[in-house]
Amino acid sequence: MTTIHDFAIYSSNQTGILNRITAVFSRINLNIDALSVCESAEPGVFRHSVQVRCDHPTANRLAQQLGRQIEVIRAEFRTAADSIQQEVALYKIASSSMLEQAVTEQVIHRHHARVLSMNSDYTVIEKTGSRAESQALYEDLAVVGVMEFVRSGPVSIGKPNATQGHPALATTADMSFHKQHATCEVEQ
Amino acid sequence: MKSVGLSADHTAVDVAQPVSNSQQVTGSEAIIMSLLAEGVRRVFGYPGGAIMPTYDAMMDHEDRLQHVLMRHEQGAVHAAQGHARATGEVGVCIATSGPGATNLITGIADAYLDSTPLVCITGQVFAHLLGSDAFQEIDILDISMPVTKWNYKVTEAGEIPTALAKAFYLARSGRPGPVLIDITKNAQVDTLDFVYQSCDQVSSYEPNPTPSQQALLQAASLINAAKRPLVLFGQGVILGRAEAEFKAFAERIGAPLAATVLGLSALPTDHPQYVGMLGMHGNYAPNTLTNECDVLIAIGMRFDDRVTSNLAHYAKQAQVVHFEIDPSEINKNVRADVAVLGDVKQTLAAVMKRLDHRRHDRWLQRFAALHRTEQRLIIDADLQPATAAINMAEVIQCLNQQDPDAIIVTDVGQHQMVACRYRQFTHSRGLITSGGLGTMGFCLPAAIGAQFACPEQTVVGIVGDGGVQMTIQELGVMMQHQLPVKVIILNNQFLGMVRQWQELYFDRRYAATELHNPDFGILADGYGIANQCVSERQALPGAIQTMLQHPGAYVLEVRVAQQDNVFPIITPGASVADMCLGVEAAVEADAEQSTNEGVKDHDHNP
Repeated sequence: MTTIHDFAIYSSNQTGILNRITAVFSRINLNIDALSVCESAEPGVFRHSVQVRCDHPTANRLAQQLGRQIEVIRAEFRTAADSIQQEVALYKIASSSMLEQAVTEQVIHRHHARVLSMNSDYTVIEKTGSRAESQALYEDLAVVGVMEFVRSGPVSIGKPNATQGHPALATTADMSFHKQHATCEVEQ
Repeated sequence: MKSVGLSADHTAVDVAQPVSNSQQVTGSEAIIMSLLAEGVRRVFGYPGGAIMPTYDAMMDHEDRLQHVLMRHEQGAVHAAQGHARATGEVGVCIATSGPGATNLITGIADAYLDSTPLVCITGQVFAHLLGSDAFQEIDILDISMPVTKWNYKVTEAGEIPTALAKAFYLARSGRPGPVLIDITKNAQVDTLDFVYQSCDQVSSYEPNPTPSQQALLQAASLINAAKRPLVLFGQGVILGRAEAEFKAFAERIGAPLAATVLGLSALPTDHPQYVGMLGMHGNYAPNTLTNECDVLIAIGMRFDDRVTSNLAHYAKQAQVVHFEIDPSEINKNVRADVAVLGDVKQTLAAVMKRLDHRRHDRWLQRFAALHRTEQRLIIDADLQPATAAINMAEVIQCLNQQDPDAIIVTDVGQHQMVACRYRQFTHSRGLITSGGLGTMGFCLPAAIGAQFACPEQTVVGIVGDGGVQMTIQELGVMMQHQLPVKVIILNNQFLGMVRQWQELYFDRRYAATELHNPDFGILADGYGIANQCVSERQALPGAIQTMLQHPGAYVLEVRVAQQDNVFPIITPGASVADMCLGVEAAVEADAEQSTNEGVKDHDHNP
């Protein structure tokens, strides 16, 4: 069944590694819904967060193909249902609409957003939440006019034991030697 | 960590630590010295603007590093592949930027799919010109990314020794593969303090996983309990230099043994347990009985779709034990009940201690019975045809009789499948062929590479009239180096395999498969290469004898039956157990597949 899968791919940092990683997805004509790359808690190790829609066997194969890349230390995935996701959205609106329409402030308050920056021309509002929440705020602000809008795409963290892989490995396929930490699930 | 430095007389020496008295050299010198430090004594290449400094430096080392000037960069990479496949050592090729680099791609892809260790060095424009669409600037790193095990762009001279050390390590370790190092011109002309330290680890890379004791135990218990085991062996046995371990393992368990195309020659064809080749044009018995075995033991092979055919009907009854070095191959196509990760040379030796001695004579008799059917319906007709025209199989058989030990290098197509089916292999690395990518044009340059690697052995290139014309310019290399490669052109005046598929699956509509060929004899004459053309059966043994006894290069053109087919065949989309033994069966099977699928959407790629 096709569902959203979050991949967390840890790699050393070398020119071109992002291309190698994205090529694993594009090779089978998968469109990447969201992508973010940043240094992980371990200095020098980068985390590539990739969100794609695929079925479970495909996700397994992708994890294995990702693991084959020399610079990839670990590749793991989980479904969106097994992860906690957040994204950041920024909205730029005219400061006049803040000053002249009290309703704007109420909207910000109601959405648990906050004012990040303000000057005489424009005000930047920040909202952290799900895609639906940031979209809802956008729609409410659109009434007074949004000058610019940007969203980070989701970052996610797994619910306990949600990451695919380890438990099944020892019994059927000896995958625990795949790099330092195996992450390819074996279907039972 | 082992280091190699250069002594005062420029001889590569092994030293325990990096040489402290490093020397100032140019990047180009460093490239050559790094190659020498890795034990490379021969490279194949083609010069051009962005790699000229390296060629210039090479002239000072001609006594220890031979450069073979091929006639096209594709020839250079295939020759490096042939060299690597014949020896097991890393093959090296060199090309310039832009078109030089892009011309390598087909061979690099071929090496990637066939796990051939290669280091490809390409020149690149000056670093300050990168991204400016400079003359012959192309982003070869991105282009080669999907077909290399690793690649890297060097933009400073100081990076050269470490980049090349890592390249050789990655190319040869674990599951081997091609590595491309792109070196900008400024890096070649600038100087550096040269110290060479060979690479033996990369932190994010685990080339040789160790199997768990549990996996070994489970594998042994499945194999010991098997009533109808079947062993499928692939190139992993050859790449891992595990021929002896494999033979000992096989004889201990007494199971029938079947080879993938790339596994051929890992075991002598006349081994009593050998039951033939797997796959689309493989032998009837091992394909059919894949679906009757109870334990399928895959060793150093990757369940390629040409081996498995329709996965939905592949060995569903069997428990699968997969010995494999590359974790990403486990469960990729066929689910493994037990995966024994690691180098087969070690894992086969490790599992041996737990294996009981077994015989499976009655099970082997099933294979023999099916083989008799294949013998009666196909092999006899191939080897003793009633037709006037010579069959490809007769040529291979004749070669078996006259030179059983020659290294066979094939191209791709009907002649390749016939060579694989009928060649009696006597020693490992006796076959060099393009398996995964199926690259026409592979034969001539790969045979040249193999002949350079094995000057004492007879190398016979077997090629079709289509494929030979894709890289025929490499006859020039045979001429220049007086290389005694023997080339047999099996000329049927068609792109035979495509024509066969048109006959079977495209209503005999022969679109663009008939060839009007040049006179291959006159072409060979142009290169000063001895040649002969035969079309009569009785002349064939004498012609092959003349070819083999000729001291230099030889081109033997054999006019073979124009519209012959390779059988048996597994119809695309069909089960491995449904091999077709003739034209009518194949056409019927194709119609059946089409009906089953509603539309004719299975792959029609010979």
